[in-house]
Amino acid sequence: MWTLERNEDTEQQIIRETFHLVSKRDENVCNFLEGGMLIGGSENRLIYRHYATLYFVFCVDSSESELGILDLIQVFVETLDKCFENVCELDLIFHVDKVHNILAEMVMGGMVLETNMNEIIIQVDAQNKMEKSEAGIAGAPARAVSAVKNMNLPEMPRNINIGDISIKVPNLPSFK
Amino acid sequence: MALKIVKGSIDRMFDKNLQDLVRGIRNHKEDEAKYISTCIDEIKQELKQDNIAVKANAVCKLTYLQMLGYDVSWAAFNIVEVMSSSKFTYKRIGYLAASQCFHESTDVIMLTTNQIRKDLSSPNQYDTGVALTGLSCFVTPDLARDLANDIMTLMSHTKPYIRKKAVLIMYKVFLKYPESLRPAFPRLKEKLEDPDPGVQSAAVNVICELARRNPKNYLSLAPLFFKLMTSSTNNWVLIKIIKLFGALTPLEPRLGKKLIEPLTNLIHSTSAMSLLYECVNTVIAVLISLSSGMPNHSASIQVSFSRHAHTFSLKYLGLLAMSKILKTHPKSVQSHKDLILQCLDDKDESIRLRALDLLYGMVSKKNLMEIVKKLMLHVDKAEGTTYRDELLTKIIDICSQSNYQYITNFEWYISILVELTRLEGTRHGHLIASQMLDVAIRVKAIRAFAVAQMATLLDNAHLLTGNTQRNGICEVLYAAAWICGEFSEHLEEPMVTLEAMLRPKVATLPGHIQAVYVQNAAKLFATVLRGHEGVPADSMVAQETSQLLIDRLPLFVQSSNLEVQERASCILQLVKYIQKLQQKDVEVAEEVTALFAGELNPVAPKAQKKVPVPEGLDLDVWINEPPSGSESEDEGRKSKGKAVFAKEESRHTKPRYTEVDEKELAKRREVRKAEQANNPFYIKASPSSQKVYQDGVGVEHIPVVQIDLSVPLKVPGMPMSDQYVKLEEERRERNKADKKKKKDKKKREKGEKGRRRRGDSGPESEEDITPAHMVDIVTEEMPENALPSDDDDKDPNDPHKSICWAPCVNTAGYGVDQPPLYLSPHPSLSLAPHLQVCDIQGNLQDGSQVVVSVIFENKCDSFIKSMEFNVLDSLNSKLQRPDGAGPHDGLIVPFQLPPGISNEARFIFSVQNIVMPQKLKGTLTFIVKTDDSSTHEKLDFKLHFTCTSYLITTPCYSDAYSKLLESGDLKGCSLKLEGVNQPFHHLLARICFHHHFSVVERIDSCASMYSRSIQGHHMCLLVKTADQTVSIDAKCDEPGLLGNVLDEIKLTFSQC
Repeated sequence: MWTLERNEDTEQQIIRETFHLVSKRDENVCNFLEGGMLIGGSENRLIYRHYATLYFVFCVDSSESELGILDLIQVFVETLDKCFENVCELDLIFHVDKVHNILAEMVMGGMVLETNMNEIIIQVDAQNKMEKSEAGIAGAPARAVSAVKNMNLPEMPRNINIGDISIKVPNLPSFK
Repeated sequence: MALKIVKGSIDRMFDKNLQDLVRGIRNHKEDEAKYISTCIDEIKQELKQDNIAVKANAVCKLTYLQMLGYDVSWAAFNIVEVMSSSKFTYKRIGYLAASQCFHESTDVIMLTTNQIRKDLSSPNQYDTGVALTGLSCFVTPDLARDLANDIMTLMSHTKPYIRKKAVLIMYKVFLKYPESLRPAFPRLKEKLEDPDPGVQSAAVNVICELARRNPKNYLSLAPLFFKLMTSSTNNWVLIKIIKLFGALTPLEPRLGKKLIEPLTNLIHSTSAMSLLYECVNTVIAVLISLSSGMPNHSASIQVSFSRHAHTFSLKYLGLLAMSKILKTHPKSVQSHKDLILQCLDDKDESIRLRALDLLYGMVSKKNLMEIVKKLMLHVDKAEGTTYRDELLTKIIDICSQSNYQYITNFEWYISILVELTRLEGTRHGHLIASQMLDVAIRVKAIRAFAVAQMATLLDNAHLLTGNTQRNGICEVLYAAAWICGEFSEHLEEPMVTLEAMLRPKVATLPGHIQAVYVQNAAKLFATVLRGHEGVPADSMVAQETSQLLIDRLPLFVQSSNLEVQERASCILQLVKYIQKLQQKDVEVAEEVTALFAGELNPVAPKAQKKVPVPEGLDLDVWINEPPSGSESEDEGRKSKGKAVFAKEESRHTKPRYTEVDEKELAKRREVRKAEQANNPFYIKASPSSQKVYQDGVGVEHIPVVQIDLSVPLKVPGMPMSDQYVKLEEERRERNKADKKKKKDKKKREKGEKGRRRRGDSGPESEEDITPAHMVDIVTEEMPENALPSDDDDKDPNDPHKSICWAPCVNTAGYGVDQPPLYLSPHPSLSLAPHLQVCDIQGNLQDGSQVVVSVIFENKCDSFIKSMEFNVLDSLNSKLQRPDGAGPHDGLIVPFQLPPGISNEARFIFSVQNIVMPQKLKGTLTFIVKTDDSSTHEKLDFKLHFTCTSYLITTPCYSDAYSKLLESGDLKGCSLKLEGVNQPFHHLLARICFHHHFSVVERIDSCASMYSRSIQGHHMCLLVKTADQTVSIDAKCDEPGLLGNVLDEIKLTFSQC
């Protein structure tokens, strides 16, 4: 989620740089990185957590507590897990919009909105329910087709390294 | 109707949805761009349809494409359409897309104001929520202004879900529309006590962000936060509050005391590591702000913390926290040196870099070698050039910080630098090079060693340049060549080095390095000639050398680099000429050496600025009125002549611009000065600038550098810095041992001449470690009349501060005595202040008085007090004592000296006869106070009053001067100086500077000079120079005085 004004090229460059920095790090090293030039110099740091093939990277400024953000990432991942029921990489790839909606309940405009997982899930569920009721009968055929489409791919690959999880570089310090 | 809906959705199900798009992209790995462009075409078609569901689907896909880096701003209007759908599903898609794609410059944003307002007041809380979330990302100043009131109303909404979002977004509104802060603040403050924890947390977030920008304004909220801190259970909120307190405590120290207790409680009760860490961090901040005697407390918390946090990330944070403590309590961090050094071994680069930062602040004389040794090990091991380069710069930073304050042995440092050159692929060659140059120039005692090392380096140059263009490191050769050339007198075998410098391989080096090679080859050539001429057997060698140069230089003459080419051809012709002379058995060494005579002294960076403008000289007045022209002409000239006239232009062409403010004037003055300084054609005519050259002489004689003989000067082959570490340890051991043998003076003299300090036997303190060499900071040239109290001295962090101080030391003995009165303590006295007479000058008001300024410097580590200065009066000169004092009483020096401090005192002497120079014997008695005892000590010295010191620089006009000469009252005397090979204006400057003369008139190589004694004797000089011979015809109404002054002038020139 980009909360700073940047054009698409810079965004991609930042994502690439971040991925490059994070992915080459060892498993048993600390979870903080002093920012590269693009993310705003020494004031900002990258804080990340690594889950299997996924990296969750937050970029924060000095006003945030490093360990607090690590906890926040944990909450985020647990929430995803609850919402997607055993979340896997592909859930995130194919349902970027949902991930965004969940994140929006936690972080708003670069500021932390809610850290209580139960509260987040209640709100997300309520909104999903509303969506379903709106779709009603009209939505049914589409869902059926979608199910059929998915069945066409019985051996849908479940474990592909997608490289960059570009969806999640929420830029918390959007205050410039 | 129902049928239509079903039909619509059947159409729709064959459109691609987001999942299909993602899948498609994944299946088209090879031609992704092509696939996406077809998708974008499809999307464009879909956006044209009326069905909002189709549009929403298209926008959803666009959002994904935007994330992949495609520009979708063309669809901004469609996004607005989807946002305004009445259905939540589509609205959400629309707002998500907007939050991702809209920027402040997106023009359709202004169309959204009413739509957003409608959504904000929607009965459905999720419509409102989605609108708030979206708005938080793309709010513009206009939107903020228009919607601030609506959002403020929402802050009191019945649903906490809306309240918390409204509260949080207020921060964005404040940023874009600051006027809203004042009216909204009371309500925001109210929300701190909201019953819902989410709303509370949002309010805390906003206020913390605001307070971070301006903590002072939020001090009044401290009690409220204090209450929250003790009541809240939300860790996130607690962390925020604690961080805020960390920022507030420096502003309000009383707060700190109150905080300690609840914070300590939290530290003991919480299980969340994040909260614990922030607590500790704030405790540190609190303790620092209290700065009461509690550093141990903080340190103990810190240590327990970093120990029990050996796992993953806490190490990093521990180091971060330590760097904070380091700033205020360096001692308490220094004790964890081992822990920090261990962190250097860590696998993680972030941690290593942090540890490096800490080390920088931790070094001391005592541990520098050890730390650097450890770092060198890491340099060898390090993988990845970035980290290695970081290490390299850190090593150099650490060593060179505060003027090499911590280096006790420069041979060791040189060897470290040489070892660093072996690093592969570093880009910091120039850094190493500049360090080598700096050290070699400023630490005189090290030159012989440095030259030997550099010669080895040059000899092994192929190792450095082996892998062609290992860019960077060959910069070192630049330094090496220069050092070898400039200080070639220290070279053991100049021939070998010369040969090494002219190898064909050199031609592959970058141009600027080749240029230095060529130039310095010439210097070496001069040295070789000097070494071999005169001895018949060696004249062959000299000729061979010339031949070598003639053989090799053509290679450089062909260089494509202009600088190299020019220098090479110049020197080639010179050598050919010399060879001819050699074949005629003419001795040329002297003259060739003269080409490179004169020493380059480092100049203090601010030297130029410190030259005061002489009275009556207004640099801003035009010497010639600029030609006035019409306005349009000026314009044309301005654009043309910009490069020439730079900034001056507008000022003199347009009179109405003459009122420029002081600042601008000062700036221009600086610019001009810089220009003049760099302009070789600018004649520096004022006496003050001429004197700059003079310092060289005075400097020569300040025996600042003392060679520590306990270290062998030659280490064969490439140096090993480790040896120095060992040697250093031995040296310290020996020092310690020496200390015990206090009575054995002989040994002490042998070891460390007079520079030994004798602390109380006990643990070795920092000050006990005597440096093996001293940095010759005082030799940085400063104009003699520089103002020591310049306003920029006020900056305590000014790295040049110590140098700015230099003038008062540097000009020691100017104009008085050669060598200057430098009264080193008697060898047997190790506990002694250091005396230095910096000036003896006649008193202008009273013809029989001379003022002597003496600098007292305490070089031992004990307190010195009750200093008494006494001089044994002669018949002619008497120390002026206060009324009532006996003729043998000493004068009390009006200050005391803590260790390492120096101060200046002035003493007045009355002199009857100024015709003869004289020496006065004196003693200084003082009490040295150590912790448990105090001893009475004595220091003998001599004061040398030269006749020059009775002269006062007095300007004289040429007509008055010629009248004086014609009057016939003056008696003549003359003097001839042979072999003076310095430029004439240097020579004049030297006489002016050292002997208090002023130039009356100068024509070519002939000048007339004038001075006056304190008793009114006129003294006139006529100085002529030709072929290294200077003849001085002098006239004075007191022949005795004249004779002595001439003798002194002669002495001055014999010493240069």
